[in-house]
Amino acid sequence: MTGEPFYNFAYLDEQTKRMIRRAILKAIAIPGYQVPFASREMPMPYGWGTGGVQVTAAIIGRDDVLKVIDQGADDTTNAVSIRAFFQKVTNVAVTTDTGAATIIQTRHRIPEHPLIDGQIIVYQVPIPEPLRFLEPRETETRTMHALEEYGLMHVKLYEDIARHGEIATTYAYPVKVEGRYVMDPSPTPKFDNPKMHMSPALQLFGAGRERRIYAIPPYSDVVSLDFDDHPFTVQRFDKPCALCGGDDVYLDEVIMDDRGTRMFVCSDTAHCDGRRSEGHVGKQAAVEEARR
Amino acid sequence: MSDQPLMTARGVTKIYGERIGCEAVDLDIYPGEIVAIVGESGSGKTTLLNCLSARLAPSAGSIYYRMRDGRLQDLYAMGEAERRFLMRTDWGFVHQNPADGLRMGVSAGANVGERLMAVGERHYGRIRDTALDWLERVEISTDRIDDRPNAFSGGMRQRLQIARNLVTGPRLVFMDEPTGGLDVSVQARLLDLLRGLVGELGLAAIVVTHDLAVARLLSQRIMVMKDGRVIEHGLTDRVLDDPREPYTQLLVSSILQV
Repeated sequence: MTGEPFYNFAYLDEQTKRMIRRAILKAIAIPGYQVPFASREMPMPYGWGTGGVQVTAAIIGRDDVLKVIDQGADDTTNAVSIRAFFQKVTNVAVTTDTGAATIIQTRHRIPEHPLIDGQIIVYQVPIPEPLRFLEPRETETRTMHALEEYGLMHVKLYEDIARHGEIATTYAYPVKVEGRYVMDPSPTPKFDNPKMHMSPALQLFGAGRERRIYAIPPYSDVVSLDFDDHPFTVQRFDKPCALCGGDDVYLDEVIMDDRGTRMFVCSDTAHCDGRRSEGHVGKQAAVEEARR
Repeated sequence: MSDQPLMTARGVTKIYGERIGCEAVDLDIYPGEIVAIVGESGSGKTTLLNCLSARLAPSAGSIYYRMRDGRLQDLYAMGEAERRFLMRTDWGFVHQNPADGLRMGVSAGANVGERLMAVGERHYGRIRDTALDWLERVEISTDRIDDRPNAFSGGMRQRLQIARNLVTGPRLVFMDEPTGGLDVSVQARLLDLLRGLVGELGLAAIVVTHDLAVARLLSQRIMVMKDGRVIEHGLTDRVLDDPREPYTQLLVSSILQV
């Protein structure tokens, strides 16, 4: 007997993991359908990824390699805390390298590096119901999903065009999975929506506070909703990343001083670091190099 | 006008515990005709309307509706999916309070377009053109298309609700006190508009009202309800000019003459 507090592997007890796994299996069997599950209290506040953490805890094994990102970055509070949590309660290997990870828990991004067969990406979801802001009644939204009444989703897109001249929804952009369920891809930028389509990786979504789990099995059809005359498009950036010079990536704006100087850098830090170690140099990085 | 009824109701009864909502109501509605249901508050008018419009399952009785392909369907025997589809394509429901029938958080154009999008229209330009056309038809200035209904007056909201319901070309419209809460001149304009649209589109309508003037102006037939039962029905002019039942006589004589 030691005085050390004892945690089960991956924090949750085996019965809880079993319950969550059953929900995950059901979610995989019905792509895009929100499966209710008995969400547990986790040692972190709601909104910090309690759903994602429970999903990860239910699927993680001793041989897994875990990567945790928050807004694409491996080194922000949320990512660091969750990674440290799993190191403590599972002692699995962790990494920041997307290619080396077997499980990637994410908040708000899909990594730039293409996911491969066998990888699992776990999304933290705040509000799983895509119809919520137009229809507040849960009984009604469930009926609408059951009867495939998705006209309301287009009402939202119509409003966007009427007000802004284009579909102004830039994150949590609704998708239709396998031609059946309309799903909220969690607050990822719509830039990442095309990556979900026919992805070789298994995509799991956990919403802790709302107690829902949903999934996209590998190689599933994921279509972003749009109008015939206003087709779905992703954001484009007119400048490459200031640190690694990368194009076709999602950029974050960083304010440099109080005189309005700003730079745009990869939101996926692992991707940016990888490119820089390969010798790619962006504008800002070149300036700093010269200063040294 | 077809000689086959659009909707046939027999023995419609709704009981709320000890109380009676409506009892043993028989009704046939033919394409293109307007039937008014009148009576004082609490006489079961709205209960009957909700039963007929598949919003409230009756305790007893049957309601059949003739679908577009001509077959007669038991409303409460059809699946929920089919019933809901019917409700948003072939039927309209105009609420007394427009806020119940409109989406107050989205623009007028989206309100009119919602039904179109619900039946699969996916072309923004066409949805908008249809919405503009309908706003014009209900006399709402087309430059208000991007305004939300909560910026509209009561009369405009009611007209918008009518446009939203008629956009899919329904054959039967249910109206619950469509002029309630509007001032007299706005009422007159709305009635005029309704009469024009109903005639133009060949709609059948069931209008619940406590206002006999509305019944007189809009309807060809009238049903008078008291304590959940239909006590008198017939052609509107006959019933209002020559009421037989004492209660109907009382109703007719209660109208204020100015």
